[in-house]
Amino acid sequence: MTPDLRTRLGNVELPNPVLTASGCASSGRELAQFVDVSKIGAIVTKSVMLAPRAGRPTPRMAETPSGMLNSIGLQGPGIDAFLQRDLPWLLSRGARAVVSIAGSTVDEYTELAARLSDAAGVTAIEVNISCPNVEHRGQVFACDPVDAGAVIEAVRARVRYDLPVFAKLSPDVTDIVAIARACVSAGADGLSLINTLLGMVIDTDSMRPVLAGLTGGLSGPAIRPVAVRCIWQVRQALPDVPIIGMGGVMTGLDALELMLAGASMVSVGTAIFHDPSACARILRELEDEFARRGIQRLSEVIGLAHEMRVAGRSMGTVR
Amino acid sequence: MTASEHESESGPMQVRGTVLTVRQVDAYHAITTVAPGIAARFKPGQFVAVCVGGHDTSMLLRRAFSIHDVRPDHGGTVEFVFAVTGRGTRWLAERRARDLLDLVGPLGRPFPVPRDPVSCLLVGGGYGSAALFALAGRLRARRCSVDFLLGAASGDRVFGALTARRTGRSATITTVDGSLGVRGIVTDMLGQVIHEARTDVIYACGPMPMLRQVTALARRYDIPVQVAVEESMACGTGVCMTCVLPVIGSDGITRMVRSCVDGAVFRGERVRWDDIGTIPFDAFGAPGWEPRSARGPQAGSGDGGPAGHDDTATSGQPGQRRAANPARRQAHDA
Repeated sequence: MTPDLRTRLGNVELPNPVLTASGCASSGRELAQFVDVSKIGAIVTKSVMLAPRAGRPTPRMAETPSGMLNSIGLQGPGIDAFLQRDLPWLLSRGARAVVSIAGSTVDEYTELAARLSDAAGVTAIEVNISCPNVEHRGQVFACDPVDAGAVIEAVRARVRYDLPVFAKLSPDVTDIVAIARACVSAGADGLSLINTLLGMVIDTDSMRPVLAGLTGGLSGPAIRPVAVRCIWQVRQALPDVPIIGMGGVMTGLDALELMLAGASMVSVGTAIFHDPSACARILRELEDEFARRGIQRLSEVIGLAHEMRVAGRSMGTVR
Repeated sequence: MTASEHESESGPMQVRGTVLTVRQVDAYHAITTVAPGIAARFKPGQFVAVCVGGHDTSMLLRRAFSIHDVRPDHGGTVEFVFAVTGRGTRWLAERRARDLLDLVGPLGRPFPVPRDPVSCLLVGGGYGSAALFALAGRLRARRCSVDFLLGAASGDRVFGALTARRTGRSATITTVDGSLGVRGIVTDMLGQVIHEARTDVIYACGPMPMLRQVTALARRYDIPVQVAVEESMACGTGVCMTCVLPVIGSDGITRMVRSCVDGAVFRGERVRWDDIGTIPFDAFGAPGWEPRSARGPQAGSGDGGPAGHDDTATSGQPGQRRAANPARRQAHDA
């Protein structure tokens, strides 16, 4: 029997829990050459900002063991062009759009939230708070519970009550649970875990950092254990808060691992660069893994690793 | 470039192809692999993005290579040429017949070709010349004359010197060490070749400094030049935004465009060579960039947004190229 992988994101039913990760699928158009975007759980768009943005200079990328560093700098066309061109395209293809927003002040986030709240067809908003706060000496919002909460509170207050707001957290903090609590208290309907980790690569020939921006975000399977840990800790502390898990998901088994830690959906990021049809493949593999374990519904596995020691809840033979 | 064009029969596809041959060609390697859909859709100037390292690889990023040649046998094969520069290309060089490769292609915009039978000069540096031979075939099919100017550090690094001599109307080779052809670099000979061949159009593929100099010289002679740039890529499909460079659009606005989908072929004079590796202060969306100031005098460029962006690399290239020809002739005659 085919396992039931349907899930809900706010008021919208997703056909499956495999999403794209922000920044790894642009606005879906390029991927449509390889996969049917309407069959992906949802397209999480590249973070949209108010104004067009050219991003950082090149080199913007460095391959690392089982991962990569990127330093794109949120290049994008801005919210006007997004609403005019990208969102209608996604909706015309029957895709569900989770729109990621980024800003450098609380007001910018609020204005973006207002624009998206008024636009029809947005499934959810993912707030990328891993941006420097220009009103707080460039301190990253996601690294300060007060700043993070301020953004989420402002966004939540401005968007329609039925539009879910997810806060995307950075793992580069001492206590991710404290940030998670601050965001949930501020009204976040769910959490996206995790953003990239800050890293650096130095070219031993030129003896200089490889990236023009010096540092970049580390992604890929190299960071998966960090993602699993963060999801686990947040699920432990806030068991009722829905989590979109991301961080190095390459296969259906990887997706299952994040779900066992507590994610109810997973986003696929760097894997898409490796394999443009990764979302479809990972969904197929996830279905196979569910079937092999006799799991019938998605809800059976979410956070299950936390309960594994409870007698009678063993899922039978694994592997 | 509209969505419908993206998804049409000419769009890229992902295939797992069987390796037919792995050849060492002087300092380089050439792999021929079965890839039916890619071969059928290929146009000269396009490339493939290849997975390296096999199953469970720790090297996640695809390697992008110009397609050297396609053939109809086995339902369609593609050949690409590469130099071993790191772990990924070393792994590729170790492939053997019947191994499988995961390829995505054909990617990127092809070289635009002229409608009329004009004199074309194809300039290649290193294994960049691999991209030029399929183009030469297409140009000859349109009754264009084809001259080659190929160069590299040494003779064993000039890819396709023999083919160029056999198939070109003329073939000029330069090497830095003088081991083949003329001692020097391609741009040393460019002026002479242009004069002798009465070149109407230049096509170039090779390292960025070479493309920059070829463009500068082409401008001096007022000859249109199409270049296939080499920027490092992560995905090749347009989603990662790592391979950007500053290019001036037909509306006069500089944008950071992706070399994988908006190129890799650009009109040479549209590329801001001096500003590669920077965000020019006047680029669309640069810090302090003001949408209104760009909009005002540029009426008709829409909102300066994505419509213009897509326009950057695609608008009416062949037409504009031809339009430049009379001007060049005047310059010559004068």
